Amino acid sequence: MAADIRPKRPFRWHIGIFLAPAVLVYTAIMILPLAGTLQLSLFRNIEQHQVFVGLQNFRMLFGDPNWSVGFWNALRNNTWFFIIHMVVQNPIGVMLAALLSSPRLRFAAFYRTAIFVPTILSFVIVGFAWKLILSPLWGVAPHLMDLVGLKSLFTPWLGKEQYALTALSLISVWQFVGIPMMLIYAALLSIPEEVIEAAECDGITGLSQFWKIKLPLILPSIGIISILTFVGNFNAFDLIYTAQGALAGPNYSTDILGTFLYRAFFGFQLQTGDPNMGAAIATMMFLIILGGVCVYLFLVQTRLRRYQF
Amino acid sequence: MSTATRSLPRTIGAHAILLTYTVIALFPVILVIMNSFKSRAGIFGAPLTPPTPKTFDLIGYTTVIGQGDFIHYFQNSLVVTVASLFFVLLFGAMAAFALSEYRFRGNSLMGLYLALGIMIPIRLGTVAILQLMVASGLVNTLTALILVYTAQGLPLAVFILSEFMKQVSDDLKNAGRIDGLSEYTIFFRLVLPLVRPSMATVAVFTMIPIWNDLWFPLILAPSEETKTVTLGAQLFLGQFVTNWNAILAALSLAIMPVLILYVIFSRQLIRGITSGAVK
Repeated sequence: MAADIRPKRPFRWHIGIFLAPAVLVYTAIMILPLAGTLQLSLFRNIEQHQVFVGLQNFRMLFGDPNWSVGFWNALRNNTWFFIIHMVVQNPIGVMLAALLSSPRLRFAAFYRTAIFVPTILSFVIVGFAWKLILSPLWGVAPHLMDLVGLKSLFTPWLGKEQYALTALSLISVWQFVGIPMMLIYAALLSIPEEVIEAAECDGITGLSQFWKIKLPLILPSIGIISILTFVGNFNAFDLIYTAQGALAGPNYSTDILGTFLYRAFFGFQLQTGDPNMGAAIATMMFLIILGGVCVYLFLVQTRLRRYQF
Repeated sequence: MSTATRSLPRTIGAHAILLTYTVIALFPVILVIMNSFKSRAGIFGAPLTPPTPKTFDLIGYTTVIGQGDFIHYFQNSLVVTVASLFFVLLFGAMAAFALSEYRFRGNSLMGLYLALGIMIPIRLGTVAILQLMVASGLVNTLTALILVYTAQGLPLAVFILSEFMKQVSDDLKNAGRIDGLSEYTIFFRLVLPLVRPSMATVAVFTMIPIWNDLWFPLILAPSEETKTVTLGAQLFLGQFVTNWNAILAALSLAIMPVLILYVIFSRQLIRGITSGAVK
C-alpha cells in the first residue's frame, strides 16, 4: 500500500540491513532446525537412507513397548514435576512477594537479593550441592533433622524410587522460587496507592485485603508465571542429568521428557542413538509446549480481566 | 486503619517468614563454600561449623587446580558468553530498532515471527542443530555454541529492546535527520546510548542461562579443548565422587564468579525485572 501511494519513495535498504543479521541467525539456527526436527520425525534411516515413513515413529513411540513404557513414564513423571512446581513454587513465590511488598518493610532489598541467589546458580551446582546435603554419608540432613527431633523420618530420598522425583522437584522449586517472587512483586508494586487506600477506607485490611483486592489484580501475572513454569518444566533436563545421570535413576523413576530425549537421541549402554526417534520425542515435546502456550493464549489470557489504572 | 496494616506482630511475622526462607535459600550455598576450606576430618566431623584454624585446609583447591584444567574451561565459558552477548545485543538492538522505528509492510508479522522463540525453546531443535553443525564442520568449536546462544537470546532481546526503543523521542531522531545524519548514525550515535540501561538488563537476562547451560556444551562441544566451565564441573564432579574436598572446592569455584557478578549486578537485574521488562 505504502508503495502505491508514494511511488517516488526509494527502497529503504537500511531496514533490511538492520533486520538481516538477527533474522538470518534466528532463522538458520532456530527456526530451520526446529522445522528440520519436526520433519525428521517422519523419516526412518533404512539402509543408510532417510525414508519417509509417515507417522510410523509415533506409532512406535506410543505402541511399541520398547519405547512406549519409557515415554509414558517420562510424560507421567514430567506432569508430576510440573504439578509440584505449580502447587509449591508458585504459592510460595506469591506469599514471599506479598510479604516483601508490604509497606515500610525493612531489609526488603536484602531479602529480595538473597532469595534470588539460587536462581542464578547453574543446575550442576544446585544438583551436586543438594546431592551432598541429602547424602547419608555426609549426614548434614539427618543431623539437621535430629535438631528438630525428626531424625527417624530421614531416608536417602534421592536413592528411593518413590521419593526421588518429588525430592528433585522440590530442589528445582528451591532453585526457581525467585522468578515467581520477582514477577509477582513487580505486579504488586504497580497497584496504585489509591486502590489500597480505598480498600482501607472500606475497612478491608490485612489478609482479606490481599484476597479481595490484590489477588484479582495480579491474576494476569500469575497466568504468566504458570505458562513460564509449564514451558520450563516440560523442557527441563539439566537438573535430573546432573543429580541422577542420563539413566534418571533409581530405575527411571526420575526420567522426564528431556532425559528421555537425550537417551533416545544419543543412546546409552545397550541401545544405540536414534536421531529419528529423538526427533519424534522432540516433536511430542514441541506439541505439548505449543498446546500449553495455546491454552494460555486463547483460553486463559482472554478470560482474565485486566484493570487499567 | 493504617495501624492495623502495620501492627507489630504482623511485622514480626513477616520478618520471621522472610528470614526463614532466606536461610533456606542461602544455607546450601554457604554450607558448600564453608566446607570447601576444611580438611576431610573437618568436613565430616563438624559440617555445620565454619572452618577453624584446626580444620582449615586448602587441599581441595590444590587438587582441583592441579587436576582439572579449570582455567581453560573458564576461558571457554568467558569467550562463549561474551561473544554471544555481544551478538545478541548488537543484532537484537538493530532488529528492535528496525521494528520500532520504521513502518513497513510485514512489520508486525516480523515481530511475531521473532517473538516465537520466547516461548518455544531452542533445545527442541537439537537433533537438526547437531546435523547442521556436523555438516558445516562446526562440532567441537566454540563458534557452534556462540551461534546457538545468539539465536537463543535474540527473541527476548528484540522483544524487550523494541519496547524501550519506542520510548526514545522522535524529535531527537528527526533533528538528526534534518542535520543530515544517516539512519545508521542515528541508530549508533543517538539511540544506542539512550537505551544503554535496558541493554544492561537484557545482558544480565541473556548471560545467566548461557553461562549455566549444560545441554549444548554436552552435545555440540564436549571435547577437552572446548569444554565450558559448567560441563567441566559436571564431568569433574562425576570423577571425584569420593574426594569430598575436591568436590566442594570445585563447586565453590563454580559458585563464586557467578555470585560475585550477581552481587555487582543485582540492582540492575532486579530493577530490570520489577520495571516490567519481562511481561
